[in-house]
Amino acid sequence: MSGPRSLLEKVWDQHVVTAEAGGDPALLYVDLHLLHEVTSPQAFDGLRLAGRGVRRPDLTLATMDHNVPTTDPSVPVDDELSAKQMRVLADNCAEFGIPLLPRGSANQGIVHMVGPELGLTQPGMTVVCGDSHTATHGAFGALAFGIGTSEIEHVLATQTLWQAKPKTMAVEIEGRAPFGVTAKDLILAVIAEIGVSGGAGHVIEYRGEAVASLSMEGRMTVCNMSIEGGARAGMIAPDETTFAWLEGRPHAPGAHADGSASFDAAVEAWRELPTDAGATFDRVVRLNAATFQPTVTWGTTPGQSVPVSGRVPRPEHTGDAEQARRALTYMGLDGGEAITDIPIDRVFLGSCTNARLSDLRAAARVVTGRRVADNVRAMVVPGSTLVKAQAEAEGLDRVFTEAGFEWRQAGCSMCLGMNPDVLAPGERCASTSNRNFEGRQGKGGRTHLVSPEMAAAAALAGHFVDVRDDPRAGDATEARDTRGA
Amino acid sequence: MQPVTVITGTMAPLYRADVDTDQIMPKQFLKRVERTGFGQFVFHDWREDPDFVLNDQRYASATVLVTGPNFGSGSSREHAPWGLQQHGFEAIIAPSFADIFKTNCAKNGLLTVELDDDHIRELVALAHADPAAQIRIDLPEQTVESAAGVARFDIDAHTKHMLVAGLDPIGLTLQHQTRIGEFEARRLAHRPTTA
Ligand code: SF4
Repeated sequence: MSGPRSLLEKVWDQHVVTAEAGGDPALLYVDLHLLHEVTSPQAFDGLRLAGRGVRRPDLTLATMDHNVPTTDPSVPVDDELSAKQMRVLADNCAEFGIPLLPRGSANQGIVHMVGPELGLTQPGMTVVCGDSHTATHGAFGALAFGIGTSEIEHVLATQTLWQAKPKTMAVEIEGRAPFGVTAKDLILAVIAEIGVSGGAGHVIEYRGEAVASLSMEGRMTVCNMSIEGGARAGMIAPDETTFAWLEGRPHAPGAHADGSASFDAAVEAWRELPTDAGATFDRVVRLNAATFQPTVTWGTTPGQSVPVSGRVPRPEHTGDAEQARRALTYMGLDGGEAITDIPIDRVFLGSCTNARLSDLRAAARVVTGRRVADNVRAMVVPGSTLVKAQAEAEGLDRVFTEAGFEWRQAGCSMCLGMNPDVLAPGERCASTSNRNFEGRQGKGGRTHLVSPEMAAAAALAGHFVDVRDDPRAGDATEARDTRGA
Repeated sequence: MQPVTVITGTMAPLYRADVDTDQIMPKQFLKRVERTGFGQFVFHDWREDPDFVLNDQRYASATVLVTGPNFGSGSSREHAPWGLQQHGFEAIIAPSFADIFKTNCAKNGLLTVELDDDHIRELVALAHADPAAQIRIDLPEQTVESAAGVARFDIDAHTKHMLVAGLDPIGLTLQHQTRIGEFEARRLAHRPTTA
């Protein structure tokens, strides 16, 4: 019998096909391979060149997200290169028999939205995708990580990957997140603590009361940004919240009339997954959620953040003054400014980090009956077509449009600006996405990462505001239900 | 893949921390469906600065990029290593690399070498002082040799073997097809399919 094991070790052990002498690296079986139009074309070319096929098209799913315009899907895509990438994906899926959710289909959306929505992402699975935010799926207790195009080709051909066993890191967040503090603030605090490369070589398991009390959507927000802390994957142990979220989804166990296992049998197996008492981690980081505040990034890495009540640091007060100076110059800041004095031009409510239904609900509560500031252009881009439909059924689209927000079609949009949604040089944006890198949202654009509530409040005021001072914030917290039900 | 053994040439010094793949290969170039033609776009936005190191003709034919910690963070885009390699780099030396980037480099035969920060700062100083300064990286011996001295580096045995032999990883894995089939036969019944 093996000793006590962590969640990661259990999932790992369940997927080893064979291992090299000494056990490292191991050939891991991949349960779910997600594809999108940007990182896959060269992988399919590689298969064709070598005369190879796709081993398990039935464990593979493709969607169009990175390039799709967020305007009317019945209008053809203007940008010829984007249109071609989408066409090539459709052709590749047709040639190799891979299910595809194309632009305009009811289940299309950001690749990390659609897996969970369809119930395809389940506890204990291995999930890979040619996208670094694949870590999102770890919220279900899956081992999920991003891969490059060569590895995509490898998975297509073999349904496996050679992997060195990662080290384990426990991030224990005790206490309850105070009023106004969301899952986004939680993960920004973690990244500020461990640094943007602190998780390199590790898989993080998020643990503790503050994590267990998060909704499934909040857990996805947290795991999503693991890569921003340098970790290829983040995981959260499955529990009743997980099971309740999954039950009845189209691909959840028991939902298919194909004689597959019942939901209860699956739950029984999933209950075995959480880390055993006495299991050890290579590294443990302890934080207390009671000390967290709504957070705003000021620089060009997600680790460069401060509480909204704080000030932009002066370079000489940071660990790497030269890097901070570069970042401040790019961001058009001097250092020393109060965060709430920083005026903004744009607001982006979207991305696989924060464009789920609960995010839109929370932002809508802040916005209801108010107007976007005159100097601000604000847009909402639901993470998936399903979220868009659900939000519209609740009337959230009208709340946003009446306040002066643009209400868009689902996609990655201004999270990375491959479609026409981009910042102009020098424009400053409050964004619910995950990366504030130079030029990420448009060349010369300046990105401040925040929660949906904070983005909504900033849109109304025209500058950052402390959402805790907003009488509506209490409603938002309720709408989001991150503090546990 | 071409085997990687000994790399010689000159260095381009770019000592910055946390250089992300959005900088190495900006998004507007990810729309190509080909695997080639990325060399000219590497560090596209930074190259608008006339003082940027790669705009200096003396570093134009460097084969080794010497850079800061956590190089290649962020997006999984393999277009970043493709661009660096097609620009002419055969190796990158840094105190540390982001995980996905490092894997992507290995799959393309672009060698990533981790050395301690002190030695890297010496290499950077050397390349600044003398752009023609030679460097020699010996993968089988795991050494880096220059006027700054000889340094040893670590690399995992599996990656080293794949690089030195120039092996096709998919071809190798396909030799395990029977094992993969056996694994599939015992996979848990409740795992979903996308069909
Ligand atoms: S929303 Fe942004 S982070 Fe998420 S998959 Fe799309 S581009 Fe990547």
